[in-house]
Amino acid sequence: MNQKIIIEPVTRVEGHGKVTIHLDEEGNVARTRLHIVEFRGFERFVQGRPYWEMPVLVQRLCGICPVSHHLAAAKALDVIVGAGTGDGLTPTGEKMRRLMHYGQIFQSHTLHFFHLASPDLLFGIDADPAIRNIIGVALKHKDLAVQGVMMRKFGQEIIKATAGKKIHGTGAIPGGINKHLSPEERDMFLHGPDPLNIDKMIEWSVAAVDFFKSYHKKNKDLIDNFSVFPSNHLSLVRKDGALDLYHGVLRAVDANGKKILNDVDYQDYLKYIDEEVRSWSYMKFPYLKHLGKENGWYTVGPLARLNTCDFIPTPLAQKEFEEFKAYTNGKPNNMSMHMHWARLIEVLHAAEMMKELLNDPDLLEGELVVKGKKQYEGIGLIEAPRGTLFHHYRINENDQVVMANLIVSTTNNNQPMNNAVNVVAKKMMTGKKEITEGMKNAVEVAIRAYDPCLSCATHALGKMPLALYLYDKDENLIDEFISQ
Amino acid sequence: MSNPRILIYGYGNPGRQDDGLGVFLAEEVEKWARENHLDHIRTETNYQLNIEDAAEIHDFDIVVFADASLATEESYRLERLQPSPKVEFTMHAVDPAFVLYLCDTVYGEIPEAYVLHLKGASYEMSEGLTTKGQQVLQEAFAWIRSFLLSKSVL
Repeated sequence: MNQKIIIEPVTRVEGHGKVTIHLDEEGNVARTRLHIVEFRGFERFVQGRPYWEMPVLVQRLCGICPVSHHLAAAKALDVIVGAGTGDGLTPTGEKMRRLMHYGQIFQSHTLHFFHLASPDLLFGIDADPAIRNIIGVALKHKDLAVQGVMMRKFGQEIIKATAGKKIHGTGAIPGGINKHLSPEERDMFLHGPDPLNIDKMIEWSVAAVDFFKSYHKKNKDLIDNFSVFPSNHLSLVRKDGALDLYHGVLRAVDANGKKILNDVDYQDYLKYIDEEVRSWSYMKFPYLKHLGKENGWYTVGPLARLNTCDFIPTPLAQKEFEEFKAYTNGKPNNMSMHMHWARLIEVLHAAEMMKELLNDPDLLEGELVVKGKKQYEGIGLIEAPRGTLFHHYRINENDQVVMANLIVSTTNNNQPMNNAVNVVAKKMMTGKKEITEGMKNAVEVAIRAYDPCLSCATHALGKMPLALYLYDKDENLIDEFISQ
Repeated sequence: MSNPRILIYGYGNPGRQDDGLGVFLAEEVEKWARENHLDHIRTETNYQLNIEDAAEIHDFDIVVFADASLATEESYRLERLQPSPKVEFTMHAVDPAFVLYLCDTVYGEIPEAYVLHLKGASYEMSEGLTTKGQQVLQEAFAWIRSFLLSKSVL
């Protein structure tokens, strides 16, 4: 008998997602699908609005990573106001934006590690969900929980100081930034009382990387073999090949490390990237055109970034990068659980970058904005916490947006997430007649490694249903479970 | 006897109609408190609650989380909050009871905490509150001023 088992939505993933696992007559996994109900109406919603509203307006898209959308939109509009393509801003404009961005990366990655990943690592993926969360971490490892809370807080305070406020920040504007950092704010971040100062953040970031490496040594099978499959990897890199999360050129490598997109200008992304629509998913599947739909899909995010870049331009993170690269003999790393390792190296890099920027006098004074000849089209890319984020706008003579195209990180990771689910499901569920909590969570752990962010910030109390459906071989619904 | 330190924490997405009720209420309270020199009353806003809010609320004696809600028949409803370790299905955000529980676990003490449910009518992607939402905001703001004054030593 064919069975289709649905796990919906994927717990600990923002918004709604469901996984369907189709078993064949022998109980083997025939195929799997990760379905994501993604909100795509935003691109129409912004049409007709004045372009300068975009950096604030796009933050309504997502309550999880508003800063990433804020900055990607601002970068696209830099082009429209004639301020160049990311490197034409004043030193103050660019450095304030970078500080905002590294604050965002720091707090987002920290949340992922302490809140989502560490419970799975500390308690095991088949542990009771009631303890497999940050409360469980706090009860058994209070120091880790405190670090998670305070590192998040530090990143949020950086965002508040650079974007102006936590909700609908206005810091980045077309052509630059609208404020300096005050000396008081700078001093607080550099020399504030423990633990809310940058040196403590760096110390804890080093400790977090060490924690992962120590765990890895004791749990090689899980970390190295949990979900492994060959993939292409894509990200921005600085022109000299360095890791750069704010700006650069587009580079992609294949599973063996061969460059398949060689440092191209992202203003030309439509020459290289297309999106496939599949009937069973609302979310598109991006791919590199010259490799085709079958072979051109790619991974984005921390693992991809460390696979594409040549080095990291901060000393402590570079040291960790060298160890990370040595583990795969310099070849691209295709182990999904190593996403956590890469993410923590980026946490350390973000902390080092924040310190470097906080010591830069350009943050306190200097011109904020540049403008040039108006253009009618602009594209902004940024390495958001979960991966490459594309914003593309066209405007008319009246300065109204007439076209918007957004490719968010989760969309870029659509195919690899599907592959990760497939690999894990085959390993965990083949030949099994019952789905255990551990099996369900294993699928979710594979997805969570990518930390998908589904575009939904509405969260009114009582509006988050959980549904589980079971269909027979003829696609008849034979069981369902719905809870709130 | 000194005033208790009070935090009104409004959260939600103001770009989604009544989902922003909590944020708008906190903004109204902020203006009113500053105009009246009620320095023991502070406000905070965000799209969603998260783990760092355990540190935020630890600095206060009384905390009111204000959020749009489908869980109230009345325009607004105040509920005394108890800590709960219950895990929600979304973990990029946490609920107020979870924040309170985490605060207790990390710091060993918690503020007197409440959730103020604000009845939302619509949550579509659009600017501003609905007409019904504006009415709820008005009523809730009038009520919370009395509540805050009753908790203060003036």
